[in-house]
Amino acid sequence: MDVIEVSGLSKSFGKVKALDSVSFSVKRGELFGLIGPDGAGKTTLFRLLTTLLNPGTGTASIDGLDIIKDYLKIRSRVGYMPGRFSLYPDLTVEENLIFFASLFGVKVEDSYDLVAPIYKQIEPFRTRQAGKLSGGMKQKLALSCALIHHPSVLFLDEPTTGIDAVSRGELWDMLQKLKEKGITILVSTPYMDEASLCDRIALCNEGRILGIDSPQGIVEKFNLKLYAIRADNMFTLLEAARQVEGVAECYPFGQTHHLIADEKFDIHRFTEQLEALSNLTIKPTKPAIEDVFIKLMKQ
Amino acid sequence: MLIVMLIPVILMVMFGFAISTEVNNINIAVVAPERTGAVKDVVGRIAHNDYFTFYGYIDQDQIDKKLRSGKVSVVAVFASNFDRRMEQISAGLPSKPVIQFIVDASNVNTASASIAYLQSILPGTASQQAMFETRMLFNPQMKSAYNFVPGIMGLIFILVCAIMTSVSIVREKEVGTMEVLLVSPVRPVKIVFAKMIPYFVISCVILVMILLLAHYLLDVPMSGGVWGIFSLSLLYLFLSLSLGLLISTVTKTQVAALLISAMVMLVPVLLLSGIIFPIENFPKFFELLSNIIPARWYIAAIRKMMIQGAALAAVWKEGTVLLGMTAVFIGVSLKKFNDKLE
Amino acid sequence: MSKTVISVRNLTKRFGNFTAVNNISFDVYRGEIFGFLGANGAGKTTAMRMLCGLSYPTSGSGTVAGFDITREGEMIKRHIGYMSQRFSLYNDLTVGENIKLFAAIYGLSKQNTGKRTDELLDRLNFSSERNTLVGSLPLGWKQKLAFAIATVHRPEVVFLDEPTSGVDPITRRQFWEMIYEAAEGGTTIFVTTHYMDEAEYCSRVSIMVDGEVRALDTPARLQQQFAAESMNEVFRTLARDAERGE
Repeated sequence: MDVIEVSGLSKSFGKVKALDSVSFSVKRGELFGLIGPDGAGKTTLFRLLTTLLNPGTGTASIDGLDIIKDYLKIRSRVGYMPGRFSLYPDLTVEENLIFFASLFGVKVEDSYDLVAPIYKQIEPFRTRQAGKLSGGMKQKLALSCALIHHPSVLFLDEPTTGIDAVSRGELWDMLQKLKEKGITILVSTPYMDEASLCDRIALCNEGRILGIDSPQGIVEKFNLKLYAIRADNMFTLLEAARQVEGVAECYPFGQTHHLIADEKFDIHRFTEQLEALSNLTIKPTKPAIEDVFIKLMKQ
Repeated sequence: MLIVMLIPVILMVMFGFAISTEVNNINIAVVAPERTGAVKDVVGRIAHNDYFTFYGYIDQDQIDKKLRSGKVSVVAVFASNFDRRMEQISAGLPSKPVIQFIVDASNVNTASASIAYLQSILPGTASQQAMFETRMLFNPQMKSAYNFVPGIMGLIFILVCAIMTSVSIVREKEVGTMEVLLVSPVRPVKIVFAKMIPYFVISCVILVMILLLAHYLLDVPMSGGVWGIFSLSLLYLFLSLSLGLLISTVTKTQVAALLISAMVMLVPVLLLSGIIFPIENFPKFFELLSNIIPARWYIAAIRKMMIQGAALAAVWKEGTVLLGMTAVFIGVSLKKFNDKLE
Repeated sequence: MSKTVISVRNLTKRFGNFTAVNNISFDVYRGEIFGFLGANGAGKTTAMRMLCGLSYPTSGSGTVAGFDITREGEMIKRHIGYMSQRFSLYNDLTVGENIKLFAAIYGLSKQNTGKRTDELLDRLNFSSERNTLVGSLPLGWKQKLAFAIATVHRPEVVFLDEPTSGVDPITRRQFWEMIYEAAEGGTTIFVTTHYMDEAEYCSRVSIMVDGEVRALDTPARLQQQFAAESMNEVFRTLARDAERGE
């Protein structure tokens, strides 16, 4: 049996269907990512799995424990880091850690080996109030507190939102290390570029899961011909490219536009038709998670 | 939004029509050894006056009991051979006072108003009024401290216990820490009671401070016994805490908790508990309404115990009401309290 | 080179002993999409405030849309637009009312407001939604509307703060498409963001570290310069050596 098993889970708030029949499972020691924009139902899913909410329909289990029947048992063996900062801002770094340890009836020393690599980074500030830490340090403290009782499963709801790219990188490095220690991690993020750091990912949108696979597997499913194009005037390029025969789709993608070609597409004809544009370049490119996401959203 | 619009209207109406600092419906009893025509004439004037309600004739030995129980606020004691002495006075001969007014001065407002009214409705000129004598019971120096100390106590404990507790628990919801606390093996009930303890301790310290100050600085007598006052106050502390808990279970933000506390608790406590305005003068509706204000019962009981010297047993009615309210608040909030987020 | 819309010379801001912004200089040209990046505490917000006329520099000078940032703060506010992912529109007002409200805030005359409203709705193909409550619009539409409203007074520069964070990929592309269109139409776009994903869409990018601008170029050339695969890598290389936290 897998550590997290979710089957047909749904949850509505009034008329809004926050989660619509979601099913997936996470293996022990896996780093599983829920990738999707705001409103995809990620937070609702986390709250269901951490037993903060009861599902409308469907079932789910953590470590074989049912989220409705055995919710008290689940609470003592999961670690949870909510999407917003949820430590005591007026307690110091150290006090927060001690407080959370006592909540779970453990001593800080008991699981210090697990927490130490993360906590050491903020230890120089241990007498500083948690509310006065920088975004990245807050997240490190929150992670330390979520780990203090040596949970078997760790739930992290958008841990990288609102912190800068450096802190974000550090956080993902820490998750890799925790994974190596056998902790199962379910993490959510709205940033597609973080997907590649997970073992497996579920792409979510509007309460549904669009696809589940390894990042590599997800990308391989993209079976269309993809080109990256650019020119000096990107908007003119976009509009012109869409008029060319054989161009199924064209949309902005970072420094370039991505162009999806159908069978009628001919690269020479394309450059010929758009030769008026200065510095036009076109080259085949590999799809990214975002390309797959767009494709799945349109289906 | 509705509350914001409604409160000013209610306040205006209450101040304008319903509630006034004017004292009326003062209960007065009469002790008269001989009910002669002259005596009846004086009693009749008092009884027909709008400010007074004639309680009836009572015996000399009932005076203390009636005043202490709060059944009457003033007792008029007529001297024996009242008629003869009045004649002496009319003839310009010196005489001892012929009527003694024994006034319950535990409420200074009511006491001084009663005396003023009585003087204006009794027969004779100002010079002749020397023949009346007034005796202030419970608070001979008419100290206003006697009046406000119970009121302040009723207010402070609601403020510290109910409002601070509710806000501090709601803050956990707002900051997001409640979410993490819930996903831990600690039961929420335990969390909530743990949050209450500091405020309870603070209130106990305040209670001791108030009692010490009231007794040694303001000379409030506490004739009913300190332990009685203390135990009733403890009960009131519990009540305030459970009220705070109730508010925190129904609100989601600190602002909402504060608004509810201020609008639904503070204002009614100030207006309807008898701190400022005497309850006896309320129109029927507000008098009934005042019954659901815990502070009203607490303040009344404390007044009796502190100033009139009533024992704890004498305020059993107030005590029972407070106990009942506490049970309801705790019951409802525990039922509403939830270890999930919805 | 085309016309300079933002020009900053030796801009410095000190708070007591702390130098939040240390002697920065750069130019932004008309029609550019300029990415303004920095780690937390790098001085990004302080610099932004000075550019918007909300705070005075300790030393140095600058102009935005032709107005001096020290002397003409009020004029700058009138000639720039601002849109943030967090705050943009009033959900309990209709599309038309939102436009009218912001038009009034920027002091458009009644006659101009009507004309401008029609124009914006027309350009967005929103005319049928004029009386729809903003709260009931899909996120993508809201965002387009928010951007349109930020340009209601035809500002020369529009400041965008993390414009597409948390937005789904399709909406995101529609948004950038709109930005590209505005930029080619001559509006200058100034983007501040934490997300290097968003930086990739900019024509030029500056990266602030410890109060100084450490890099400024097109994303492609920055990647070349730092031998990096992505802007994320460029940023991490630069910000890794940051001496100050938040």
